[in-house]
Order: sequence, then C-alpha cells, then structure tokens
Amino acid sequence: MLTAVQRVGRFSLDYTQRVGRFTLFVFSALALALLPPYRPRRVLAETYFIGFSSLLIIGLTAAFTGMVLGLQGYYTLRKFGAESALGSAVALSLIRELGPVLTALMVSGRAGSAITAEIGIMRITEQLDALDTMAVHPVQYVVSPKMVAGLISVPLLTAIFDVVGIMGGYVVGVGLLGVSSGAYFSGMIQSVVNLDVKGGVVKSLVFGLIVTGVACYNGYFTERGAEGVSRATTHTVVTSAVLVLAWDYILTSFFM
Amino acid sequence: MIEIVDLCRSFNGQRVLDGLSLSIPPGEITVIIGKSGAGKSVLLKHIAGLLTPDRGRILIQGVDLTRARGRERLELKKRIGVLFQGGALFDSLTVFDNVAFPLREKTRLPEAEIRRRVRQRLEQVNLTPEVDDKYPDELSGGMKKRVALARALIQEPEILLFDEPVTGLDPPMTNAVFHLIEKTHRETGYTGVVVSHDIPAIFRIAQRVAMLHDGRIIAAGTPEEIQAHPDPVVQGFIRGEPDFHES
Amino acid sequence: MKKGAAELGVGLFVLLGVACLIYLAVHLGETEILQRGYQVTAIFDNVSGIKEGAAVEVAGVEVGRVESVRVGPDSRAVLVLRLKPWVELREDAIASIRTKGIIGDKFVKLSPGSGERPIPPGGRIRETESALEWEELIAKFIHGKV
Repeated sequence: MLTAVQRVGRFSLDYTQRVGRFTLFVFSALALALLPPYRPRRVLAETYFIGFSSLLIIGLTAAFTGMVLGLQGYYTLRKFGAESALGSAVALSLIRELGPVLTALMVSGRAGSAITAEIGIMRITEQLDALDTMAVHPVQYVVSPKMVAGLISVPLLTAIFDVVGIMGGYVVGVGLLGVSSGAYFSGMIQSVVNLDVKGGVVKSLVFGLIVTGVACYNGYFTERGAEGVSRATTHTVVTSAVLVLAWDYILTSFFM
Repeated sequence: MIEIVDLCRSFNGQRVLDGLSLSIPPGEITVIIGKSGAGKSVLLKHIAGLLTPDRGRILIQGVDLTRARGRERLELKKRIGVLFQGGALFDSLTVFDNVAFPLREKTRLPEAEIRRRVRQRLEQVNLTPEVDDKYPDELSGGMKKRVALARALIQEPEILLFDEPVTGLDPPMTNAVFHLIEKTHRETGYTGVVVSHDIPAIFRIAQRVAMLHDGRIIAAGTPEEIQAHPDPVVQGFIRGEPDFHES
Repeated sequence: MKKGAAELGVGLFVLLGVACLIYLAVHLGETEILQRGYQVTAIFDNVSGIKEGAAVEVAGVEVGRVESVRVGPDSRAVLVLRLKPWVELREDAIASIRTKGIIGDKFVKLSPGSGERPIPPGGRIRETESALEWEELIAKFIHGKV
C-alpha cells in the first residue's frame, strides 16, 4: 500500500522519466535524419500525407475562422467607431495565435492520430523489430522522415491558414459588412510587424515538432495489441492538444 | 556456432530468463520447445539482438552480440535473419518490394540484379510472379510466411531464427512450411533456431532439441534423446499431460 | 500511391505554402529582402512603446519604417528610421511620435523642414517631440494649466 505522499512522488518520477524519454526520442529522431542514408522519397511521401492531404481541412477551418473573426471583430470595433481596424484585428489574431494553434490541432487530429496508429501497428506486428534485424534503424527509417515532413508541413500549412483566414475576414468584413477594402488591407499592413510573422513561424515549427513527435512517440512505444494501439491514438490527440496550448502560452510570453 | 552463457533477463521484477546457457551447433536446426510464456520468444529476441540481457553473453562465432556496438553490431545483424510469427511484412510495400527491401537498403546492387535475386528467392519458396505486385493484406497466413522466409533468406544469413513458424496454420500449411524450411536449409546450409510449442510436429525438422523451463534449458540433445529424457517435466510436456499448476 | 501524384501534390503544396509565407513576411511583415533607402536616427525623451516596423509618415504619406528601438546612453530612446531614398530631410526637420485614432497605432510623423543643409544618410534628426501623454494632458486640464 502506498501513502498519498509516496504516490505523488511516484507520479512525479514517472512523469519526469516520460518527459525525458520523449525529449530524447524526438531529438534522436532529428539527429538520425541528418545522418545518411537519406531517404528523400520517404520524406516526400510523408509530406504528401501530412501536408498536401491536410490542405482541404486547413482551408475550410481557416476560411470559417477568418469569417467569424471578421464578424466578431466588426461588431466589437464598431462600438468604438474603429471598423477600419478590422483588417489588423483579423490579421494579428490569425498570425499570432489562431493560425499556428488551430493548424497544429487540425494536423494532430487528422495526421497525428493516423501516424500513431500506423507506427503502433508496425510495433505490434513486429515490423519495427524486422527493420532492426535487417540492420535498418527503425527510428531513422520510420520516425525521422515523419518528423522532417512535420517540420516542413506545419509551418507551410500555418502560412496557408493565415492567408486563407485573412481572405475569409475580407469576404465578411468588406463583402458583407461594408468596411472599405483599402482600410482593411492598409490597416493590416501597418499593424502587422515582422516580429508577428517571425513569432508565428517559430510557433508553428515548435508545434510541428510537438504534433509529429507525440504521434511518433506514442506509436513507437505502443504495447499490448490492438487495444494498445487505440489507446495510443487517443492519447496522441489529447496530449498534443494540451502540449500545443501550453507551449503556445510559453512562446507567446517570450515574444510579447 | 552460437554460445549462450548465463543469460538473465527480468521484466517488471519477474525473471523470465534465469541463468540460461545453451550451445547451438552450426549448420543444424535446433528447436527450442517449452510452454507458452516460458520465455522462448524472449530468448529468440535476445539472439536476434532486439533485447539486451540484464546479464550474460551471446557469442556468435566468438563475438559477443550483447556488447557489440556500431559497425560491429550492424555486421553481426546482417548475418542473422529472423522469420517473425506473423511474417512482419511491411504493409505499405508489395511482396516484391518487401523481399527487395534488404537489398535496396543495404546494398548498391543494380535494379536488374535485385530483380533477379528477388525472383530467385521467391521461387525458392514456391511463389509465382503473380504475387509480386500484391500487398501483404491480400495474402493468406501461409503465403505471408513464405514471403517473409524469402525476405529473410535474401540477405543470405548464416543464422536464421524462426519464431513459432507453424503456430496457427492448418496441417497442410504446416507441412508446406516445414517442407520449405527443410528445403531452404538443405540448399543454403544456415544454422537454424526454431522456437515452437507445436509438439510433436516440430520434431520433423529438428536435428537438435532443447527444452526451456523456468528460465533455463533443462534438457538438450537429439530428438530421440529428448523423447527418452528421464526428467518428468520434459516427459509431461512432450506427452501433452494437462498442467494444473499453471495459474 | 502513384509516384507522379505524390510529387505533384507535394510540389503544389510547398509552392502554395511558400507563396503564403512570402506574402505574410514581405507584404505584411515588411521584411526587407533588399535593404533600400537610408537610415537616420532620432532621439526622444519618450516614445510610448513604439515598435519596430511602425510607420514613418510625411504629411500622412508613408515614407519609411522604424527599424530599431533601443535605449541610448543618457536613458533616452533612440529610434533608427529607414526612409525611402527620395525623402529629403533638412537640418531643421522635426520628428514626433503620434497616435492614429483613439486605439490606433503609434507612428513617427516627420516634418522635413526647410533649412539649407540636408540631413545625410546615417545622420540625426535634432528636433524631436515625444508622444503626447494623455494622462499628462488630462492632469494639466484638471489643474487648469491649459
């Protein structure tokens, strides 16, 4: 029997160990990506899956997010007679926060869970062991291309999200609510500074690392059969969402 | 020649291998028998280099696999092939690409030579070119085993490990797999290590048999010697006596 | 997966993504790929939190950007402005910090002046006006000093 204090201690130790193992896993996968043999075809296939196949869902999410921002922003700003600031409100919200965060969450739901399931099945059907016995490093062959593809895809998807969102806000603000087109764009151009864009890119890189890292890690360490795979998949979506939001706060506090 | 010395391994405080020692002679097929969960697969994974023991050594022609690192370890691994229980074929690759995989990853052979060698191995396990472009999920269990055997053979390993090669197969398929193991062994002369609980069928391909019980090898010898072994545990297992001690 | 399809898809995806990134960085973020124009510095008592990238205007026309903001040796704010090459400033030019609208952005307003000698690239604007502090204005108003 464990006392409450022991239980807290045990939990902390377990947790620290997991965080350490995760960090090690992610960075060794990245380090292995830098070592030969390089596998550009694998990276290409993974980029197709993580990036290209996410375009539709990212576009839809972005368009509606931008439209809602346009609507909400307009009615809030109108109270201060500042409808002309709509462009900058929409653009700043998207570039600083919503673009990186929502893209990461959507990619995690669409691609992250699938990555966990794929690697998890490779684990329980001994395909990862088979790679190892053929003297092919399973992390380098399976995980590294996915991590590289994630680091390429998530920032690009985020940029696409931002631009589509800005257009969504334009459609609502300018098209439906009658803000002048010039005010929308010039307000935006004046208030968005380089640091905002840089911050968004750094965020999306970190989120790309988190989303693909968590997905690969959970798949790679799947245990106990099909049930284990389903548990790992759920775990991936939940963990990456929490980590993305927590890191969003940390990174924002660095950039502000 | 594989020499296993005093191998120990625990999982979550439970000793699965407890000072296991065994000599596996070269060029023969050694079958390791034992109850389900006795640690046969764990032993096999240690020989394959997939698990690291808590203590003990595994010498492959004098080189300790458990301490080999880097290049030396990769060289050792290339000499060992494994046929996994479910075949462990890569789902995303066709039959042909699965068998070609080790060559494409580990050699710089021209594509024509790869094609020739892959076909040769697939013919060796009696697979016609019609299956080349199929994916693993379109194959039956026995077919998967045969493809996996072809893939294991293509690196021309000196040692081939078999994890429960006939478990779950129907009798004709079991015979077909045995036939292929015998045939490929005759043709290439590898050292075979088979882990199985399929008694007595497995005796058909065994040149030597070792019995694993409580984390150790309690009996080893020719199939005849094992069948006549005085140890009641060995006799009980071979005759399939019900085991009421199992929790 | 057909080989050509993956390559085409990834190619389109990367092109689209990079185009969006360039749009954000260059058009909105004003990242200068080629540094054009020239720099002048201006020292203020108080810049009220003006940020890098803020606009510089002459008569309401944007003529440049604030390139860097730092605190100088005498605890005054040093702004480096990057101005378009055709902007001509005279030695008596005045730089002042202004705000657009009530919640609007801060910007630097320039009056180019009409003195004889121009301010050369790398030079300094001597006359500056710090931001209007609303609190100060209101306080003055309440105490009847306006």
